[in-house]
Amino acid sequence: MISKGLFKKPKNELEDHHWVKRQSDPAIPSELCRSCPSCKQLSFTSDLDNNFHICPKCGYHFRINGRQRLNMIIDPGSFTEHHQNLISTNRLEFPGYEEKLEQATLFSHENEGVITGIGKIGGYDVALFVMEVTFMMGSMGQVVGEKITLLFEYATEHHLPVIGFTVSGGARMQEGLLALMQMAKTSGGVKRHSDAGLLYIAVLTDPTTGGVTASFAMEADITLAEPEALIAFAGPRVIEQTIRQRLPKGFQRAEFLLEKGFVDGIVPRNLQKDTLIRLLSLHSIPKGGDDHGSL
Amino acid sequence: MEAYKRVALARKKTRPTGQDFINNIFTDFIELHGDRYFGDDPAVITGIGYLLDMPVTIIAQERGKNTKSRIKRNFGSSHPEGYRKALRQMHLAEKFNRPIVCFIDTSGAFCGIGAEERGQGHAIAQNLMEMMSLKVPVISIIIGEGGSGGALALGVADEVWMLENAIYSVISPEGCASILWKDPSKTKEAANCLKLTAQDLLELEVIDEIISENHRDFKNVYRELKLNLYKRFRKSQILSPEILTQTRYNRFRKFGALDITK
Repeated sequence: MISKGLFKKPKNELEDHHWVKRQSDPAIPSELCRSCPSCKQLSFTSDLDNNFHICPKCGYHFRINGRQRLNMIIDPGSFTEHHQNLISTNRLEFPGYEEKLEQATLFSHENEGVITGIGKIGGYDVALFVMEVTFMMGSMGQVVGEKITLLFEYATEHHLPVIGFTVSGGARMQEGLLALMQMAKTSGGVKRHSDAGLLYIAVLTDPTTGGVTASFAMEADITLAEPEALIAFAGPRVIEQTIRQRLPKGFQRAEFLLEKGFVDGIVPRNLQKDTLIRLLSLHSIPKGGDDHGSL
Repeated sequence: MEAYKRVALARKKTRPTGQDFINNIFTDFIELHGDRYFGDDPAVITGIGYLLDMPVTIIAQERGKNTKSRIKRNFGSSHPEGYRKALRQMHLAEKFNRPIVCFIDTSGAFCGIGAEERGQGHAIAQNLMEMMSLKVPVISIIIGEGGSGGALALGVADEVWMLENAIYSVISPEGCASILWKDPSKTKEAANCLKLTAQDLLELEVIDEIISENHRDFKNVYRELKLNLYKRFRKSQILSPEILTQTRYNRFRKFGALDITK
């Protein structure tokens, strides 16, 4: 019990306000729990953090950002980022694009929709790209296309396999045809890497659509997918509008693509690193006369 | 001219279609059907014919001329089979050392259940990758509407030409207006912003040449194309496959390399 007169009564409204504000600011993180969009059950955020952001009750894979993904896949401390300072300009002078870029940068804490670099996975040297869903839905403009192409060129030059995690709403319409050209440009990079006899593994995550599906996401030697990820050329809404009928359940999900023969396997997030290590190991037999050792 | 007027002209029902260009530019054309996996896509016509005295492979998107043929051709929107058929012909062209001409005229790759089921994205992606390293000369010409990935899937070429009233866009102006501004009435504004006219795209170096047209009479267009294609292919004949593919790679590599801040 607090005895009367121990604390001074607030003199003015401002002080009062301050007092109220402090009182309502407990040392508990605002997001203690998250509700699963699939089974609606609540889980502690800390539990999710320790479980690869997979719902412990139903196995739903929460969407995560690029850095979180990077930390799950790459050996700690081994990652060197490339070209992180490339930022987009509004060459077409598309109305509102600068503001959108600014908001996206603030929201995502990234400069663009993809993180690229080199690092180790289970001790194997790899070139890695991870697309960033929080930056304008991972849409592909000139910088995304440039960073991915630069990565494939680097990997070709240094005889490295490429591991790529895709998530994208497609080509970025604010960059017009220059965004479309990135599909051709990145495909060129993939092709040269492939012609050099090097391995490219793509992991398609939710959602991978449009111009990214129609370019480097579907050009890998081995294509893996996360459970229930939406993988499409045209998104479900566009198709429903075009053909004016409801789509069957599970249409364009990873399991559907597996059934139709467009992905090699579905790998839950907690097994991805292990699967990648096994695949890298199976491809690491040195070729005759090649003194580059791993791949 | 306002961008949207070009959009209307490019989509005009009386505008010549892929088949007209084939009939008026080439002789002895033989159509070759099918993708050898699933079926034959009537939205794409492929075959071989003579360009003057030179055998060439011809690939043309065809939107149809009347209601019946438009339905048959699916209004020029290909399924994955269309792209796979085109790729099959491109590989044959490579084997027999024939140059390739692609005529682009589509509102986009078809969006439907079957198309997705059979890998529309995969089909386009494979074309982009394979076209990049074709060892024979490739010229793509946008004759009407160049709709996004569905157009680019035949557009990875040594040179891309465009008819004066054709358009080439990452998304339809209608789609752009409704997605970005949630307002379909802003279609004209979207058409302006997207920089989809031949003139805009020449400035952005996305295309290499504009073919001027009198949109009531295409005789001059056919004649100019015939001569230009012939001259261009004759010039390419002396190039080695390495130079050809390197030049094509560089052509697409340049987009976005210069105008981003480091």
